Amino acid sequence: MIDLLLEPFTYNYMFKAIWVCALVGGVCAFLSSYLMLKGWSLMGDALAHSIVPGVALAYLLALPYAVGAFFTGILAALSMAIVKQKTKLREDAIIGLVFTTFFAIGLLIVSINPTAVNIQAIILGNILAISDYDIAQVVIISFICLFVLLLKWKDLVAVFFDENHARSIGLPVNALKITFFTLLSAATVAALQTVGACLVIAMVVTPGATAYLLTDRFGRLITISVLLGSLTSALGAYASYFLDANPGGLIVTLQTLIFLAAFFFAPKYGLLKVRKTIAKKVGA
Amino acid sequence: MIDTLLALITEPLAHEFMQRALLVSILIGTVCSIFSCFLVLKGWSLMGDAVSHAVLPGLALAFVIGIPLSIGAFIAGLFCALATGYIKDNSRVKEDAVMGIVFSGLFALGLVMLTKIETDVHLLHVLFGNILGISSQDVIEAGTIAILCSLIMLIKRRDFMLYCFDPAHASVIGLRVRFLHFGLLILLALTIVSSLKAAGIILVISMLIAPGATGFMLTKSFDRMLIIAMSVSIFSCITGTLMSFHLDVATAPLIVVIQAALFIMAVFVGRQTQGMKEVSYGT
Amino acid sequence: MSNPIVTIKNLSVTYPNGHHALEDVSVNLKSGSICGLVGVNGAGKSTLFKAMMGFVKPTAGNVSIDGMSVRNALKKNLVSYVPQTEEVDWDFPVLVEDVVMMGRYGHMGFLRRPSKTDHDAVAQALERVNMSEYKKRQIGELSGGQRKRIFVARALAQGGNIILLDEPFTGVDIKTEDSLIDLFQSLVAEGRLILVATHNLGSVPSFCDEVILINKTLLAYGSVETTFTQDNLSKAFGGMLRHHQLIGADLHDDEDARGVTVLTDDERPLVLYGEEGGKKIVRTPKRKKADKT
Repeated sequence: MIDLLLEPFTYNYMFKAIWVCALVGGVCAFLSSYLMLKGWSLMGDALAHSIVPGVALAYLLALPYAVGAFFTGILAALSMAIVKQKTKLREDAIIGLVFTTFFAIGLLIVSINPTAVNIQAIILGNILAISDYDIAQVVIISFICLFVLLLKWKDLVAVFFDENHARSIGLPVNALKITFFTLLSAATVAALQTVGACLVIAMVVTPGATAYLLTDRFGRLITISVLLGSLTSALGAYASYFLDANPGGLIVTLQTLIFLAAFFFAPKYGLLKVRKTIAKKVGA
Repeated sequence: MIDTLLALITEPLAHEFMQRALLVSILIGTVCSIFSCFLVLKGWSLMGDAVSHAVLPGLALAFVIGIPLSIGAFIAGLFCALATGYIKDNSRVKEDAVMGIVFSGLFALGLVMLTKIETDVHLLHVLFGNILGISSQDVIEAGTIAILCSLIMLIKRRDFMLYCFDPAHASVIGLRVRFLHFGLLILLALTIVSSLKAAGIILVISMLIAPGATGFMLTKSFDRMLIIAMSVSIFSCITGTLMSFHLDVATAPLIVVIQAALFIMAVFVGRQTQGMKEVSYGT
Repeated sequence: MSNPIVTIKNLSVTYPNGHHALEDVSVNLKSGSICGLVGVNGAGKSTLFKAMMGFVKPTAGNVSIDGMSVRNALKKNLVSYVPQTEEVDWDFPVLVEDVVMMGRYGHMGFLRRPSKTDHDAVAQALERVNMSEYKKRQIGELSGGQRKRIFVARALAQGGNIILLDEPFTGVDIKTEDSLIDLFQSLVAEGRLILVATHNLGSVPSFCDEVILINKTLLAYGSVETTFTQDNLSKAFGGMLRHHQLIGADLHDDEDARGVTVLTDDERPLVLYGEEGGKKIVRTPKRKKADKT
């Protein structure tokens, strides 16, 4: 029995997949604590789709995929800023418009030379067959993100909670915001390898939202979120060995199930508890 | 010169699959562009994103049960919208986050199901569309849904427009706001389902935003916005389909890129130049 | 003209997420008056409005309008609503006349095709608020006061006898505020009921006949003279108001014991003058048209 459970670890590719997923899952979950509080979930999804043309081009030209991803990520962010400045369109429409267009450009590039790029790997993740070269990029990105976050997480809380207050106590608000979005795009680039472009949004939203239902203190929220993100990611990758299914799909399914459990059963903010409180209040 | 141009158009249409592709692209281009006007004004872009991704498990389930895939997709898409509303109303998590969680969860579930179940659903076709491989059966199915939705939206456009503009007023004058809300959601799910085979679940989002955004830039009246959106969308669909044949590139992405290019042009000639004119009262 | 009476009985509203917005509110509103709905942010002003507009379901109690359920009253177009300026999407591609025409939708058929009556009603409403010449403007091209006026015109075109106004004076200069107040008073003179949600205390005595003070539950309801007092206001606002008082010797050189109290929440201040530091309101008479030029 134990032999069977440990079996995945005897394979090098499985072992790699599990720890890389855990690392990326933790970083994304850290960021999710901030993202879900600000109503910027669409941004996470948009970044993940926008970098597809960059990744496709990078593979086509045999460049590090992270470089291509960063380049198009920045281009997409700039396009959004320009359209926002020039029009009165709602922000969500602008984001949706830009990211789908970038995605379409990515597909066009792939359709010109379909054999050189594995589009399925970009959209759905490719963690079980990831190359050491790509792992190196993911690890570097993740550690830089973690390092910056651990140094600056309190400043980011201040900025996200009350921008004016943060400014008044002398924090460089704009610099911190730009830092956050840079970290977010970096984490997106890393997560692309584990769950693929379509599911990155779950990685940068779900763990934070789950933790938000479980605690009121931001420090704890981050801890719970990171633990959840890491564990679900590792477990999803691990389970893919036995279930023979797409690891990204498993990771996100797991995260969603845990969110639903928290939604119904959380001690203070769960649906059952709230219903009980209302019933008591109305009955009294 | 004119002969060459004509040949550019007639040559692709000599193939039956190109005729079908052109027809279906015009049909879904129409229905998507009509919906896009409401979507852009209502601020529902993420909703479009969510519902389209969420259809995936519906496809897999429909195959297992043996019902038409469109019905499964429709139910899954609608379920996503309803579940989002329910969780948002009953928890303290923000709506956009709930939407992200629900649709990514459903997409992930669909992905796992499709890798575990032997289906004839081709994942890449669902993701990116396969307009050139579309069958006459598909054309009839997509066309029926598209025409039906287009008619409903055009006939009841004033009610839907009012709902987008000021739901409180809609309620106060006795319109059934919940009915309009769910009607719009159902139409969104149907529109996406009709476009699945041709555009795929990601590019349909663009077709659901770009034409409306272009119309928004060019006019200040809603009816004109509708007309512009439809014209722009149909034009892009025709040129995109024909050009993709000659350039030998993927069709749906090309249509999306053309729509985006037209939007960019609209931005530069658009109505943002009209400044606010302050006029004092009673003088 | 019929006599709309709004009866709110033991109304409680708890949102599904557990937030208690209103508890046990009972009020009867008469037609032919302007009634101020006053309370801090989050006191339940907008929830009360929503209950009257059929937007939220009461957890307990009920609202009836002219003897009918809210649903039926809305179908008869009895209630009109003028939203807060901030809630409106001013970039929406609609012209001024389109917005006013929306007031007529409840009177139109399935396709919402306007008839001559509808066009006439729109023209009259625009005329009444002095906005006829702007009817082809996109709504975003209007000034603050004009924007407000358009939505009042929509309520007029609708023809409801109960008009709900949400913070009608934010973002509006004093001159426009005065002209809006004139308009409201002439509407009330025709037998309508106008309910105004506001946290702008200073303007309340100058145009309201009655006032409802709420903070989750009903604190006081009655005519402005008897209800809009310092005691009741302190109950409604707690420590949220700035409070200045000048009494006796600080104010008068003689033995006069009367005092002045100024209450303000950063907008138009409320000034109370009289015995015991102005505990009782001395109502300033409504300004006549001739007073201002």
